[in-house]
Amino acid sequence: MSAAQQQATEGDDGYNFAYLDEQTKRMIRRCLLKAVAVPGYQVPFGGREMPLPYGWGTGGMQVTASIIGRDDTLKVIDQGADDTTNAVNIRRFFARVAEVPTTESTAEASIVQTRHRVPEDPMREDQIIVYQVPQPEPLRPLEPREIECRKMHAYKEYGLMQVSLYEDIARFGEIATSYSYPVMVGDRYLMSPTPIPKFDNPKMDDFPALQLFGAGREKRIYAIPPYTKVKSLDFDDHPFAVQQWEEDCALCGAEDTFLDEVILDDQGGKMYVCSDSHYCARRRAEGHEGKLSESAARAYAAAVGAAEEEEA
Amino acid sequence: MDTSSPLLRVRNLTHAYGNLLACSDISFELHSGEVLGIVGESGSGKTTLLNCLSARLAPTNGIVEYDLRGRGLSDIYALSEPERRLLLRTDWGVVMQNPRDGLRMDVSAGGNVGERLMAVGARHYGAIRQEAEDWLTKVEMDLGRMDDKPKHFSGGMQQRLQIARNLVTKPRLVFMDEPTGGLDVSVQARLLDLLRGLVRELRLSAIIVTHDLAVARLLADRLMVMKDGKVVETGLTDQVLDDPHHPYTQLLVSSVLQV
Repeated sequence: MSAAQQQATEGDDGYNFAYLDEQTKRMIRRCLLKAVAVPGYQVPFGGREMPLPYGWGTGGMQVTASIIGRDDTLKVIDQGADDTTNAVNIRRFFARVAEVPTTESTAEASIVQTRHRVPEDPMREDQIIVYQVPQPEPLRPLEPREIECRKMHAYKEYGLMQVSLYEDIARFGEIATSYSYPVMVGDRYLMSPTPIPKFDNPKMDDFPALQLFGAGREKRIYAIPPYTKVKSLDFDDHPFAVQQWEEDCALCGAEDTFLDEVILDDQGGKMYVCSDSHYCARRRAEGHEGKLSESAARAYAAAVGAAEEEEA
Repeated sequence: MDTSSPLLRVRNLTHAYGNLLACSDISFELHSGEVLGIVGESGSGKTTLLNCLSARLAPTNGIVEYDLRGRGLSDIYALSEPERRLLLRTDWGVVMQNPRDGLRMDVSAGGNVGERLMAVGARHYGAIRQEAEDWLTKVEMDLGRMDDKPKHFSGGMQQRLQIARNLVTKPRLVFMDEPTGGLDVSVQARLLDLLRGLVRELRLSAIIVTHDLAVARLLADRLMVMKDGKVVETGLTDQVLDDPHHPYTQLLVSSVLQV
């Protein structure tokens, strides 16, 4: 490596650009290429230690670190929100080790790293979404043997996955699986779409952006290339359906988004708000209003005020 | 019954675990609708033989041929692995000695029976459930327990569930390894009754490994007696049990306790 390159890849504080060393990034990129070539297939990779515990997004971070460049703009979300601990930490991490600009806007980002959601805003062909995956093997709860799982994938023997849906209907009268809902990618590989709510499953189908999945603890990478068929499993007489809510977003009034239930008091009061915090904020800025936007704003102001008083 | 071509043909089958010869030079034919019993004491190579026959253990030597639908007699170990696995869950059934090996203990009884249907492409919940109900009724299970998990069932129920789970795809050949092992005698009797009825009704072929001569007497048309990995005597069940020729068979028959 020449001195100029050395400088190009080194961050100011002694870390290599984007934390991982170049050989590691190269290994991960190779795995990514293979994953894109075989959509939905889990490619093993040599997962590295990251400066945070397994389960906090080490897989997604390694993928992001391998694909990020100086001209990228990064958005990180956790359960749809830009301002929760996991999202804030990972965003700050990349701002520091890769010195890339960060954003909360889906449209402005070139890379979106996500935990458990697909943004509500549509994504484009020039964007990449990176999912943090806790358990990449959809067959694992039913078949503990790794060799047997791999054979099932190799021979496309996916009857067992259907059994888990059968169990749901037998017990609850409907397919009660509401997250990590299994999908078939490109009519070939069974894939766990990470614990995104099944509400987001239809978005994955024919998605314009490249979708990459990294599982740090299990050391697996998989991918869905743009415009790939992604079909959620179901039964002929119990077709796949997404969650419905009785209410709209209490803050922005959105009717077609994934809503979080927020407990307001100990009297049973609650409200539903968009889990995608950026989408909700943008809609409010555009003038959309939900039924609780004012009182929620007051309650928020009061809570923040109380916290500040306590600190003082 | 087609007597010209056998359903299963075994030629010179030998299996060795290192220096230990578990089965040695075994040849026989099984015809459609026939029930073959394999008897012998523990360690005589019965289970190894059954595993070799049921495509779960490649023999060291010899050929196992099965009459595949539309393809005729084919060497099962020359098939590709996915073809063999498909055969095992469609045209064949394997009832294990220990239901824990043959059932999914954390999946409801209905799901256990439905698994094979879903594995061959059934995707209509109502139809799968109906079929599972039919089979659970056939093996005399209480339909009220259909959504319970087998780990909460008694041994006899688990064994009956295993049978239903295997028969749901209407296999032509069923392998059973000590199907009544570990059950008390009254439960054994009911299970045997059930098996006998099903075998006759569905015109199943079966290979049953057992050390219990009473089981062999009730279920098997023909018997093969094994000792130290070799077949020492074969013949019609009544013939072998009533007029044993080989000294070992004589010992076996005379060792049965009379009540």
